[in-house]
Amino acid sequence: MKIAKLILPVFQVFLLVALVALWLPANAYAAVAKDIADDPVVETRMMHLAEKVRCLVCQSEPVSTSHSDWSQDVRRIMRDKMKEGATDQEIMDLLVARFGKSVLYDPPVDKETMPLWSAPFLLLLIGGVFLVIQLKKRKELVVEAKLTAQDEQRAAALLDEIPALSVLNPSNDNKLSASSLSSASLPQGESADVSLRDARTKETQA
Amino acid sequence: MMRFILPFVLFVILSVFLYRGLGRDTAEIPSPLVGKAAPAFVLPLLHEPAKQFASKEMLGKVWLLNVWASWCSSCKDEHPLLMNFSQQHIVPVVGMDYKDKPVDGNETLKAAGDPYNLVVSDIDGSVGFNFGVYGVPETYVIDKQGIIRYKLIGPVTPQNLQKTILPMVARLQAQ
Repeated sequence: MKIAKLILPVFQVFLLVALVALWLPANAYAAVAKDIADDPVVETRMMHLAEKVRCLVCQSEPVSTSHSDWSQDVRRIMRDKMKEGATDQEIMDLLVARFGKSVLYDPPVDKETMPLWSAPFLLLLIGGVFLVIQLKKRKELVVEAKLTAQDEQRAAALLDEIPALSVLNPSNDNKLSASSLSSASLPQGESADVSLRDARTKETQA
Repeated sequence: MMRFILPFVLFVILSVFLYRGLGRDTAEIPSPLVGKAAPAFVLPLLHEPAKQFASKEMLGKVWLLNVWASWCSSCKDEHPLLMNFSQQHIVPVVGMDYKDKPVDGNETLKAAGDPYNLVVSDIDGSVGFNFGVYGVPETYVIDKQGIIRYKLIGPVTPQNLQKTILPMVARLQAQ
């Protein structure tokens, strides 16, 4: 027991160190692709801009983190242009002129990209209209059944057969049974419920 | 009846979209340079680095610019086709050895044959960048006014040569 108690903290520390050691190389690889950074200001500005540029030869990766040859070229060109005094906008325009708007991760809303931007809203609108039409149609389908005079008489007769249910039938004058079953303090609907239940229990008893 | 027709129509529309999506190569990006003037360049020749070639020398002619490199494997796929094509002398083909060591480029052409009327070397890839090159091989059809009419990303195949490039060249040459 004593040995175990001594070993346990040592083992825990060892595990922690092992975990950190395992994580370290992964972290090193996760770092942004290395470049020659003789001017850190230009480098951070360039990297910031490169985050917004899609690497065309990779799958869903910005130019800033890509190790591909093409991305390295783009970064080099960005760096060169920045040193020449180009603004961020000018550099982006240059890239768009060469490779099209698909290099931008956040393409501008204009004539060309309008279908792309409007599609979700359009689909939502179409779906909404469809839903409203369907709901209206369904409402029309559910028509309240109209009772003929005969049906009403039959219903009244049926209700009369159960004395406890007379509360539901206003035409019935047998109010005694109703009031004796339902407590006066309950609202109308509930008292009806109660009387219904009572009626059933009576039936089963009988 | 409407209950069956509407879902069916929706299904057909969706199928068309999905089918087209299947056939689409997402890596292929339509070049914004098509319809615009080809970026002018002056580059040294691969065979004689002391000599230079300027793209404006081609003004008045329809020509093809084929971007390739010794390190590019799919360029080797299109190479036999280009060899065959160049013997027909339909249109001048300028090769651009893109981001390559001239020694390697020369060796490749010596071993496999040289289908080009002339080859320029774009060692640092800066001219290629101006053309919007991002995957080699790429082939551009450039008209008499120096305007890019077509850009092919990927190797030239008998299909796209017969169906697209040759008819386009013939049309542009007739202009």
